Amino acid sequence: MTAALLTNAATRTELPLKRRLKRAERARQFKALALVVPLLLFLLFTFAGPIAGMLWRAVDDREVRQVLPQTVAALASWDGKDLPDEKAYAALASDILAARASATIAIAAKRLNYATNGFRTILTSTARNLKAEPEPGTARETLVKINPAWRERTTWTTIKDASGPVTGFYLLAALDLTRNVDGAIVAAPPDQAIYRDIFVRTFLISLGVTALCLILGFPVAYLLASLPPGRSNLLMIFVLLPFWTSLLVRTCAWIVLLQSQGVVNDSLHWLGIIDQPLRLIYNRFGVCVAMTHVLLPFMILPLYSSMKAISPAYMRAAASLGAPPVTAFLRIYLPQTLPGIGAGSLLVFILALGYYITPALVGGAADQMMSYFIALYTTETANWGLASALGAVLLLATILLALVYGKLVQGQQVTGGMKN
Amino acid sequence: MEAGKVTPAPALVRFSGIQKTYDGEQLVVKNLDLDIRKGEFITLLGPSGSGKTTTLMMLAGFEVPTRGEIYLAERPIKNVPPHKRDIGMVFQNYALFPHLTIAENIAFPLSVRNTNKAEAQERVKAALRMIKMETLAQRRPGQLSGGQQQRVALARALVFNPQLVLMDEPLGALDKRLREQMQLEIKQLHETMGITVVYVTHDQSEALTMSDRIAVFNDGIVQQIDRPDALYEHPVNSFVANFVGENNVLAGTVETVEKDYCRVALATGSSVMARAVNVSGAGAGTSLSVRPERVSILMGGNSADGPNRLPATVQNTIYLGDHALALLDVAGNGEFMVKLQPGAHDSLRSGESVFITFRPEDCLALDPV
Repeated sequence: MTAALLTNAATRTELPLKRRLKRAERARQFKALALVVPLLLFLLFTFAGPIAGMLWRAVDDREVRQVLPQTVAALASWDGKDLPDEKAYAALASDILAARASATIAIAAKRLNYATNGFRTILTSTARNLKAEPEPGTARETLVKINPAWRERTTWTTIKDASGPVTGFYLLAALDLTRNVDGAIVAAPPDQAIYRDIFVRTFLISLGVTALCLILGFPVAYLLASLPPGRSNLLMIFVLLPFWTSLLVRTCAWIVLLQSQGVVNDSLHWLGIIDQPLRLIYNRFGVCVAMTHVLLPFMILPLYSSMKAISPAYMRAAASLGAPPVTAFLRIYLPQTLPGIGAGSLLVFILALGYYITPALVGGAADQMMSYFIALYTTETANWGLASALGAVLLLATILLALVYGKLVQGQQVTGGMKN
Repeated sequence: MEAGKVTPAPALVRFSGIQKTYDGEQLVVKNLDLDIRKGEFITLLGPSGSGKTTTLMMLAGFEVPTRGEIYLAERPIKNVPPHKRDIGMVFQNYALFPHLTIAENIAFPLSVRNTNKAEAQERVKAALRMIKMETLAQRRPGQLSGGQQQRVALARALVFNPQLVLMDEPLGALDKRLREQMQLEIKQLHETMGITVVYVTHDQSEALTMSDRIAVFNDGIVQQIDRPDALYEHPVNSFVANFVGENNVLAGTVETVEKDYCRVALATGSSVMARAVNVSGAGAGTSLSVRPERVSILMGGNSADGPNRLPATVQNTIYLGDHALALLDVAGNGEFMVKLQPGAHDSLRSGESVFITFRPEDCLALDPV
């Protein structure tokens, strides 16, 4: 009887209890949200927004559409197999006259020239020589007379491909791909196919720098974690010292050290080890040395924090159970530092992927990384579409790597630390 | 230490003239000579900083003696690294490897010895059965309770059949009930497996429960090594008397010494007969030691009625379930404890004047505190 009453009461209060819990949690979530809202808004406007805008430019394609609206409309129904009909020629002639009047022809010319080298000349010469709207029915004749390129199918497919509003053109170009006259995706001509090499180079340099950082940073982190606090703090200051100097100063210091009349070469020459100065800078070696130096703290700090959490009792336990020092290190210590190794490597690798100033200053022409080309297209040639596409591919590769890392770490299931 | 005692087995471990200093100024272990017999359960008992853990660490090989030599099975081991000593060790916080499962943890000492796979598996299984944790073999240490982790640490230290097992306050992190249960389990394992155990603790009741012999450490010196009952009944000095078990101390001066007994004058003028254990002679100061359960309270009479009869004032009584304690003021000691049968404390009022009495053989005259 009493038991039945109790269970009844329990079921009756269950719903309100759940609701009360939800309400209590909602209040807490709201408070947590309120704490991060300012930063969230800041990031939205200064980081997420601009990046989304930049990424959008990788597929955005409206220049031709704006300058040659009638032509784009007339070509919409064209199947691309033969030359377009007279109507398209007439639309183009009318568009060109209108664009010349509003001085916008160069915008379309620039975009079309990306797709086909020399298109700028075709368009500007046509605009220059087209005196007036051709008589009805003579548009094709008139245009072909001005520039025979208007008789070529590729000229027209170029315009159709660029008629937007979105395009895969830049993204394909970033992967050394292009569309042929029939719209199929093919490899880009060899003189334009440079980006895959640059991606491979970027990844190789980043990987090399990550490996160097790990090899050089691991013993330092171990020392830091095992020294008594006073001395480890002193050493930590030396590790952090690079953070207090500007990146530019550090990179320039390497130029001073490594150039052919630099400190290193002069010393080696003076010691009689070399006759000719070694080429230590403006090549891959210089890039790796300078980048490793700059990125080393990003490896040491995560390693240090993961090592600091490993109680010395583990190594003692391993020894007491019969493991020689090397075995104990490999089987007990190293596996527990894996989260630190992963975090440090990922951090260094991702930072290295985006390096710009250091390779630009201490690297040769064959050592420039992807960021250099992104900067080049953004500031020098104003080809924002391609710059964005290269950036998007780099971002995607980085995200994929981070996801793979996340999966690896999750699979490891390192609980870490002792339960006391 | 005690002459005439038969040694049942040869010494497995011998500390010979061991000294240890960390800073070059203060000796943590002053002069240690200690034999540990094969198959015995010996406890190093002492307050923190008494040198007991340092002694254990020197035996395990994690600390090097500043002077002296340690022999394990007649072999000097001062320069043998820990992993070659064949000594199992259970650590204070278990030190289970967090990235390995329970089975992998227990298999670790076997795999570093290249034991063949099938045999290793069999022994891990047996070890898991021994600690009744077969079902948890694939868990990780972080998913176990403190008591379970403790059992795994124990199994891991025993699975490779070491000559010697060291335990460094292994039960310190457990709650009282679990600690008492584990004490019995460890004791049982010791008896069934016939292993030699060196156990370090600062908990005297733990030491009394588990040990064959106890070495009481203080100030870097072994004060006494003996069986638990001998340690309790026949402490050689005041430190041991006070550290092992409950104890009442009365300060006094030796008046006369006659063979094994002496007459001691207390500050209040009364005098008692006590066993002369550690007194330098007539006129010297001494600390009398009386166990609370060896004292009776008399409600009437006066001090002339018999020997060792002292006036006392009741301060307080404490009911503890299986027994009760009376706190008395006796000859200047305001916390003189007397153990009573439960219920007997009801008749005592605080402030009441009573007499206490104890047999001369239950009162030890020791070195002055």
